[in-house]
Amino acid sequence: MSLFHLDIVTPKRQFFSDDIDMVVVKGIDGELAVLKGRAPLITPLKIGKIRIFKEDTVLVAAIEDGYISVDENSTTIVTKGAEWPYEIDIEGAMEDKRRAEEALRRDRGVDVVQAELFLRRALNRIEVAQYHKKD
Amino acid sequence: MAQSTRDIKRRIKSIGSIMQITKAMELVSSAKLTKAKERLIRTRPYYYTVLKNIQQTFNIVGDRHPLLMDKEINKSLYIVISDDRGLAGGYNNNIVKLVEDEAKGREKDVFLILIGTKSIDYFRNSEYKIIKKFTGITEDPLYSDAEKIGELAFNLYKDYEVDEIKVAFTRFVNNLTHEPEIRQLLPYVSFWEEEDRKNKVIDFEPSPEEVFDYLIPKYVNSYIYGALIEASCSEQAARRIAMEVATDNAKEIIEELKVSYNHARQSAITTELNEIITSAEVLKE
Repeated sequence: MSLFHLDIVTPKRQFFSDDIDMVVVKGIDGELAVLKGRAPLITPLKIGKIRIFKEDTVLVAAIEDGYISVDENSTTIVTKGAEWPYEIDIEGAMEDKRRAEEALRRDRGVDVVQAELFLRRALNRIEVAQYHKKD
Repeated sequence: MAQSTRDIKRRIKSIGSIMQITKAMELVSSAKLTKAKERLIRTRPYYYTVLKNIQQTFNIVGDRHPLLMDKEINKSLYIVISDDRGLAGGYNNNIVKLVEDEAKGREKDVFLILIGTKSIDYFRNSEYKIIKKFTGITEDPLYSDAEKIGELAFNLYKDYEVDEIKVAFTRFVNNLTHEPEIRQLLPYVSFWEEEDRKNKVIDFEPSPEEVFDYLIPKYVNSYIYGALIEASCSEQAARRIAMEVATDNAKEIIEELKVSYNHARQSAITTELNEIITSAEVLKE
């Protein structure tokens, strides 16, 4: 497969910048794979994992909302936060999950939308963190 | 005479201790500047990318969205980024002056979001309407801070409370140069030279309107975040320079005082000698 350039940027750092074969992201309407030569596209992403394929390796990362922009020569994923599996603090994520669930159970005086986002983020981080163990 | 040498000595001492303080502050700010610069380098790719993407998109379909269309400007919102501590030379003054120059004469139509105690102090007794004040974020700005400010500003704009949003901040060029500037965020204006508007086709999923609804607040937040980071870097650089100048000045004053101290001491000795010689002469006779 031929390569194209992918950048992933977050407010904290340039997360990723390399030539790759394919990237799979979680778009608003479901999973979306981007290959070289795709028609220009801009679409928001959901909290989820992204998979980057290069030659024989697959890299997985957790991202926190954002959007993907595909242009003729380059593809960019812009997100508020991105983490590699080995960077994720699992205990912290478990704790976040517990707190979010508790808030949702109480269901009064809490911002449900916020709590749900929080929960989804925590679940996503926990899921992505599992990839580290498998290696 | 003894009086004046003692006075001078005291002044040398007090200026010496001022110098120690300014020297220490200089060291602290240069350490902070290094950190701020690292962050600026890490962050620039992010908000430049967001701006570039958004510019490309706006250029292609920009005039279709109601929030982006040109309109008559009556009420302006300024987001003013100053610092919390002062002692940074003209840093704060330059930025509030810039805003003041633009806003003068339109007191009733100017709304302010103030960041940093220095701008809050400055505009405290003015007639502008202050929407909200933020303190304690300029030294170490977080993206969530920018989101809070951005959301506030964007909601005002969306509800037609204001007709334009502008950000006043100090751009970091290098250690010695930082430029105060005012940028218009909304309605949208191009940041870089307009690329040729060839009719490129871009897919928007799920629809252009929804993508825009998502992108516009993102753009506002990202730009504010970028401005906060630039400003915090400029602040440290400005303070470092101010403190360096203060230290040099203190050194100079101490040198001058030392010269006059020696003068005073010498003339005290001369007077004493004169007195002794004169009285010796008298005794001889």
